[in-house]
Amino acid sequence: MQEVLKKKSGENRALAPRESRKTIGNINVQNPRMVCRNVNVFYDEKQAIRNVSIDIGRNEVLAMIGPSGCGKSTFLRCLNRMNDTIDSCHVTGEILFDGKNIYDASVDVVPLRAQIGMVFQKPNPFPKSIYENVAWAPKIHGIVESKSDADEIVESSLQKAGLWEEVKDRLDQPGTGLSGGQQQRLCIARAIAVSPEVILMDEPCSALDPIATAKIEDLIEELRTQYTIAIVTHSMQQASRVSQRTAFFHLGDLIEVGSTETIFTKPSHQLTEDYITGRYG
Amino acid sequence: MNLGTRKILDRSFTAVGITSILLMAAALLVVVVPIFSGGIGAIFFKGTIEHRKIQYNEFEKGSRKVIDRQIAEVTPYRQEVYRILDAFEADMETMEPAEKRDYLSKYKKVRDIVAHLLGPIPGDPEPILLRYQYGTTRWEKAEESLHDLMFVTKWDYSNPEEMAKQYFVPRADEFAGTALAALFPYMEKNLDKMLLPEQTFYWGFLTERSLDAHIFGGIWAEIQGTFFLAVGAMLFAFPLGVIAAIYFTEYARENFFTSVLRSANSTLAGVPSIVFGLFGLAFFINTIKVSDSKSVLAGSLTLAIMILPTIIRAAEEAILSVPRAYKEASMGLGSTKWRTILTVILPAALPGIITGGIISLGRAAGETAPIIFTAAVSVGATIGVADVFTQPTPALSWNIYNLASEHEAANEIRHVQYGMVLSLISIVLLLNLSAILLRAHVSKKLKG
Repeated sequence: MQEVLKKKSGENRALAPRESRKTIGNINVQNPRMVCRNVNVFYDEKQAIRNVSIDIGRNEVLAMIGPSGCGKSTFLRCLNRMNDTIDSCHVTGEILFDGKNIYDASVDVVPLRAQIGMVFQKPNPFPKSIYENVAWAPKIHGIVESKSDADEIVESSLQKAGLWEEVKDRLDQPGTGLSGGQQQRLCIARAIAVSPEVILMDEPCSALDPIATAKIEDLIEELRTQYTIAIVTHSMQQASRVSQRTAFFHLGDLIEVGSTETIFTKPSHQLTEDYITGRYG
Repeated sequence: MNLGTRKILDRSFTAVGITSILLMAAALLVVVVPIFSGGIGAIFFKGTIEHRKIQYNEFEKGSRKVIDRQIAEVTPYRQEVYRILDAFEADMETMEPAEKRDYLSKYKKVRDIVAHLLGPIPGDPEPILLRYQYGTTRWEKAEESLHDLMFVTKWDYSNPEEMAKQYFVPRADEFAGTALAALFPYMEKNLDKMLLPEQTFYWGFLTERSLDAHIFGGIWAEIQGTFFLAVGAMLFAFPLGVIAAIYFTEYARENFFTSVLRSANSTLAGVPSIVFGLFGLAFFINTIKVSDSKSVLAGSLTLAIMILPTIIRAAEEAILSVPRAYKEASMGLGSTKWRTILTVILPAALPGIITGGIISLGRAAGETAPIIFTAAVSVGATIGVADVFTQPTPALSWNIYNLASEHEAANEIRHVQYGMVLSLISIVLLLNLSAILLRAHVSKKLKG
């Protein structure tokens, strides 16, 4: 791809200059699942995200890329209010989910986080059995009442996560005993067990080997049919493989949004091009 | 620094390290071996027929038949002793008053030792104290008394430069030519036939109450008291400590107030235990009057205050060492903070919390100073669970001190003291061992 890019950058395309911090590209999508407008995030006095506006469409995978410290993870964690757990963090602007601002005082984060699930960078299964890992969240949300309900959810979630065949004979063994890739798929199964509508993934493959990564990427492709997915990744190859739209962040600004194909072949902003051609990052 | 010097430094460092560990081990051996051998002596010893009589009369242990047969066996030998005493007493009646007075004081000593060895001499009034109703129960004590009977201890003060020297004079010399002279060789030869020493396994030492202030009997009251006090302290301190640790780690924001709380906690951990003892007396008994006087409740509360900082610290460390990822995973699944703490953080922190708790339990069991003023009595009955709110109790730690320093017959009952020390050490070690095992078990279960 980089060969192609180098050739393309040879063409005389007019790129937005490095100094421009305005978002380039169409932030809107038809019939969006989540709508973010003028989102600012502060850690104490320090601003980590500046005026970010973007839509997240239904059944699409939105990849967020950018150099370290650009705020992409911070932004992702705003989408289900995980930043609430950090005392010094506060958020302004609007993030609409089903037409309601999730930062509204009346919103209960408990059901919100069930609807907008999250998968973390490092696989973090609970130190419980595989079965318990998946059944735990449905239980606390009162989704399951009987043992058979739970069995059903565990099986279907593990199947969706492509893990069922590998673990069906040892559901009572601890989830922490699985391999890294299996643990991450277990975490995905755990997230989808509560039937979320959006799944946020924070560099889900950065701790995994290439084979496990490939499996997760295939899984993301399958999950897209049912869920909306926002994924933060450091790997541009991964972004280009799994996503339909890509957002490029730089130092707290959303620099460019567009279809993945456009971003990786015809970026409009100098910074985007520099980043994806590997001049920094 | 060149390689040679570095190697030499490395080796000397290792040598110093190993030496200090060996020194520690040696010191431990020096302490533990006598405690162990002395303490075991409270349970395994050569018991005399007097021991078996007490066991039967006071605790209904042993068989009447065997005891009757053994009494029949020893009686002829004892009769001979009493006969010699009677003969000498009759002789004294015929003596000149001055001679009689001279013999009387010497004879009284002999008579006392015989009574101590064999129990009350027939014809004497029935003694009131249990300790005078029976003879010597332990064979090694009997041998010591026999030595006292055979020899008079004298001190040689001839050299004023040095400490007085002890020397022994055969007591038989004092009574040469009298009827009593026959007693000494007879006692020496036949003492075992009068007392019938047998190897005894006295398990009851741990499970029976004490008789006549530990002169006879076991230490159950102390073991039970220690148990009540330590468990009572845990009942108060453990839940409070864990809740405080949760507050510190999950809820408290970093501000002046919490930093004051934290340093107060650290300071409390360093306060000498006697201060807690006085505090317990002043606060729990005198001010808020949890009981009229010393009680297990007041002692438990005092111990609880003492171990609280340790429990808070241990629980705080354990909670902080739970990976943040667990918390995030739980929050990310839409669990409430409270549920996250209860179902994810606390289970993962449990091994550490339990370890801190059990080590504090061991400390509560072993502390003396906090219970001196609040809960402990030197001689007391075994109390029931219902009495803990109002009654004081004997406890191992306090009674070890008491037997060592204040007991009227401290020298006679060293074995009881050693037995208590060994029991206390075993209890604390067992608690710590169970903490280690529990921790291993729980963390294995968590890790898989």
